[in-house]
Amino acid sequence: MSDPNAQPGSPDKEPASEDQAARTALGNTERAEAATTPGGSGPRPTLGRLFLENLWAANTFTVTLLSLVLAMIVGAILMIISDPEVLATYSYITARPSDAISASWTLVSEAYANLFKGSVFDPAANSFNSALSPISETLTYTAPLVFTGLSVALAFRGGLFNIGAQGQATMGVILAALAGFLLPLPPGLHLLVAVLAGALGGAIWGFIPGILKARTGAHEVINTIMLNYIAVYFLTWLIVQNGVQDPNRTDAISRPVEASAQLPRLFGDGLRAHAGIILAVLATWAVAWLLNRSTLGFELRAVGANPDAARTAGMSVTRTYVLIMVFAGALAGLGGSQMVLGTTAAALTPLVVAQIGFDGILVALLGRVKPWGVALAALLFGALQAGGNRMQSYSGISLELVTVLQALIVIFIAAPALVKAIFQLRAARAARLQTSLAKGW
Amino acid sequence: MSTTAVPDVAVAAVDEGFWTRTRKVGLVLVALGLLATVLFGALATGEQARFTLSEDAAGAALEINGTVGAVLFGLFTLAAGAAMLAGLPKRLFIPVLAVGLVAFVLSFLCWQVSAAPTGQNFMPLVNIVRGTFLLALPLIFGSLAGVLCERSGVVNVAIEGQLLMGAFSGALFGSISGSVWVGLLAAAIGGSFISLLLAVFSIRYLVDQVVMGIVLNLLAVGITGFLYERLMQTDAARYNSAPRFSNWEIPLLSDIPVLGPALFRGNIFLYLALLLVLVIHIALFRTRWGLRTRSVGEHPTAADTLGVRVLGLRYRNVIMAGAVAGIGGASYTLALFSFTKNMIGGKGFIALAALIFGRWSPTGALLAALFFGFADQLATYLGAINSVIPGQFLAMLPYLATILAVAGLVGRVRAPAADGKPYIKG
Repeated sequence: MSDPNAQPGSPDKEPASEDQAARTALGNTERAEAATTPGGSGPRPTLGRLFLENLWAANTFTVTLLSLVLAMIVGAILMIISDPEVLATYSYITARPSDAISASWTLVSEAYANLFKGSVFDPAANSFNSALSPISETLTYTAPLVFTGLSVALAFRGGLFNIGAQGQATMGVILAALAGFLLPLPPGLHLLVAVLAGALGGAIWGFIPGILKARTGAHEVINTIMLNYIAVYFLTWLIVQNGVQDPNRTDAISRPVEASAQLPRLFGDGLRAHAGIILAVLATWAVAWLLNRSTLGFELRAVGANPDAARTAGMSVTRTYVLIMVFAGALAGLGGSQMVLGTTAAALTPLVVAQIGFDGILVALLGRVKPWGVALAALLFGALQAGGNRMQSYSGISLELVTVLQALIVIFIAAPALVKAIFQLRAARAARLQTSLAKGW
Repeated sequence: MSTTAVPDVAVAAVDEGFWTRTRKVGLVLVALGLLATVLFGALATGEQARFTLSEDAAGAALEINGTVGAVLFGLFTLAAGAAMLAGLPKRLFIPVLAVGLVAFVLSFLCWQVSAAPTGQNFMPLVNIVRGTFLLALPLIFGSLAGVLCERSGVVNVAIEGQLLMGAFSGALFGSISGSVWVGLLAAAIGGSFISLLLAVFSIRYLVDQVVMGIVLNLLAVGITGFLYERLMQTDAARYNSAPRFSNWEIPLLSDIPVLGPALFRGNIFLYLALLLVLVIHIALFRTRWGLRTRSVGEHPTAADTLGVRVLGLRYRNVIMAGAVAGIGGASYTLALFSFTKNMIGGKGFIALAALIFGRWSPTGALLAALFFGFADQLATYLGAINSVIPGQFLAMLPYLATILAVAGLVGRVRAPAADGKPYIKG
C-alpha cells in the first residue's frame, strides 16, 4: 500500500469483496489497513515505516479522526459567534487580542470538557456510581442506535437505501409497548414477547417497501420516507385511544409498560445502562455472521453489487429484496422497542422514538456499512448524546450542537477528497479516494 | 421510479388484455362509489348540509339534504367508474376520473357536514379555500425547488432543510434589520446556502445525493435549533420579532365570490407562489434554459456533446432551487409566526411527495400541493366539528397517495432519467 510499484496486481481487479457496497455508498478508504503488505519481489518496509506513512495518509481511521476534528472546529465557531459576551471581545481584537482568544478558549474548552465528562469519565467523580455514570449514559444512548444503524447498513449492502428506519422503529415501539402493557405474561416470557413484538412491527413496516420494490419497481427511498410519516401519524392516533392512553392523564401518553417486560439494568438501580446493549452486541455479531458467512448474506451482497449478475447466476433478486427489507425492518423495530422497554421511557408519547432512525443512517455511513464499524459509530454517537446532555446543563450549550456535530462528521466522511485536500493528506491509494456513484431515484 | 424496476418480474407486460389500466381504475371507482352511496348515505342525516360562500354560517349558501347529497354524489362516482369499466376513450380518462373523485369527496362532505353537531351543519367555503392555499404555500415553494433541482438531475431530499434555513434566516435578519425585504432576501440566501452545500458535495465531490440530502436536513435542524436557543430564546425582541408582510388586496379580483376573499386578499407569498409556478412552467418548457435543463436531467452526455455546460447549469439550478425554498420558509416567519425550533415539521417531505405525485412538473406540483393542502385543511375542519374520522388518517393521505402513485396503481410516474446520477466529464 505504500509502494505501488511493488504491488503485483491492481487492487481494483480483486474479486468483489464485502465492502463493495460501502465503496459505492461512500468514498471508501478502508482497505488501507486491511490490505496485506506487498508480497514477493519488492523490499518489505518495516512496520514502523508503514505506520508513519499511513498516519498521514487518507485511510479510514485518519479521515474519520480528522472529520471529527473538523466538525468540532465548526462547532467551536458556532459557539463563539452565538455568544454575545465572547463576541464583544472581538470588537477590540486589534487592541487586545489576548482577551478574545482567552474568552473563546474558555468557552470552547469548557464545553468540550463537559462533553467528555458526560460521556467517558469525570475526574471529579467521588463514588463508584458517579464514576460509572458517564459510561452508563453513553451505553444507554448507544444501544438503539446500533440497531437502527445495522438496519440501514444491512439494506445498503443489498443495494437498498433504507430511509425508513425511523418508521420501522416507530412501528416497533408501538407493538413492543402494546405487548408490554396489554399482555398478562410471567416476567421472562413477557420481556421476550415484547422484544419480538418490536421486531415484528419493524419487519411489517420493512416488508411493505420491500414487496413494492420487488413487484412494481417503486423506489424504496420514496416509499420509506412516506411510510415514516404514516407511522408517526398512526402512533399519535393510537396513543389517545381507549385502553392505550394512560387513564390518569389527559395528554398524549400511553399506559406504562409493566415491569415484567422491562429490560434488566446492568449496573444496579442507580444507573440507566440496560441489557439492550448486550442485545446490540449480539445483533452486531449476528448481522456480521449473516453477511459474511451465510448463503443469504452472499446472495444479499451479490444482489447489492450487481443485480443483473446475481439474476444471471440464478438468484431471485425480488426474493432477496423482500428479505433484506424484512430483516432491516426487524432490526430497526428492535431498536425502537428499546425506547420503551429500556430505561429511556416506559410509555408511548408522540416523540418516543426521538431521532434514532435518522441517526441510524448517519451511524451506518460513519461505520462504513460494516457491522462492527456500525457498532463503533453508534458508540461515538451515543457518547456525543450523553456528553451533549451534560454540556447543555453545565455549559448552557444547546443539545442541538450535537446534531450539528453528527451531521458535519458524516458530511466530511462522505467526501474524503475534501478532508484530504484540507489536511494535505497523502493518497492512501489513488483509486480508493473515489467517492460514491449514486444510483438516483 | 420505473427506471429501477426489477426486470425479473413482469411489470406492465400483463397489463393489456381485458384489464387495461382504465378498467382497473374504473373498478376502484365503482368500489368507492358503492362505499359512498351505501355507507355515507346511511350515516348522513336528513339535516341540510350548507356550503356557505362566506367565512361563517351567514350569507348565501349552496345547500343540499345530507342523505340525498351523499347518495347522489356517490351515484356520480359509481357512474364514472361504470363508464370506465365499459371502456372509455383514452382522452376522456382524466376528466372522468376527476369527476369521480370530486363526487366522492362531495359525498363524504355531505355526510360529514350533515352529521355535525346541531348548529354546525355548514362548511364556510372561503375559509376552506383560504386555508388550503395557506397550508399549501410551503409545499408549492418546496416542490418547485424540487422541480428545479431534479429536472437538471440532482435529487433534492434537502427541501426540508432549505425551508427551515429560509424560515430561520428570514426571521433573524428580518428582526435585526427591521425590514421585511431584507428578511426575504436573507431567507433566499439561507435556503441557497443549504442547496450550495448540496451542489458542491453532490456535483464536485460526487457524494450520494440522497445521503447528502438527509444529512443536510439534520444539519439545518441542528444549526437553526442551536442558534435559536442561543440567540432567539435569550433575546426574542432583538432576534425573533421579524416584521410581517401585510395583506395586499388586489382591486377587482378581490370581489369575486369565494375566490376573491380567499385568494386575492393574501400576502405576497401567495402571489409569488402562483407567479413562480407560471414562470417556471414557461421557462422549463418554452425557453432555451428550460430545454437545456431538461436535457441535462435526461441525458447529460448528449447535452454536453452539444455544448451545454452540464455542471455549471446544475450548480445554477440547484442554488436557484434553494432560494425558492428559502422564500417558502419565509412564508412562515415573515407572514405568520415567529421562528420556533424545527417549525417546518416535515412539510419539506410532503413537498417532496407533491413533487413526485405531480410528476416532476411545476403545474403538477401545484395541483398536488393544493390537494395535500386541502387534506390538511379538511383535517382541521373535521376536528372542529368533532368528526368520527380521526384527523391523523387524513394527515396520512398525502403519503399514501404518493406510495400508490409510485407503485404505479394510479398511472406511472417517472423521474428524469439522469436524476441522482452525478455527471463526470470524460
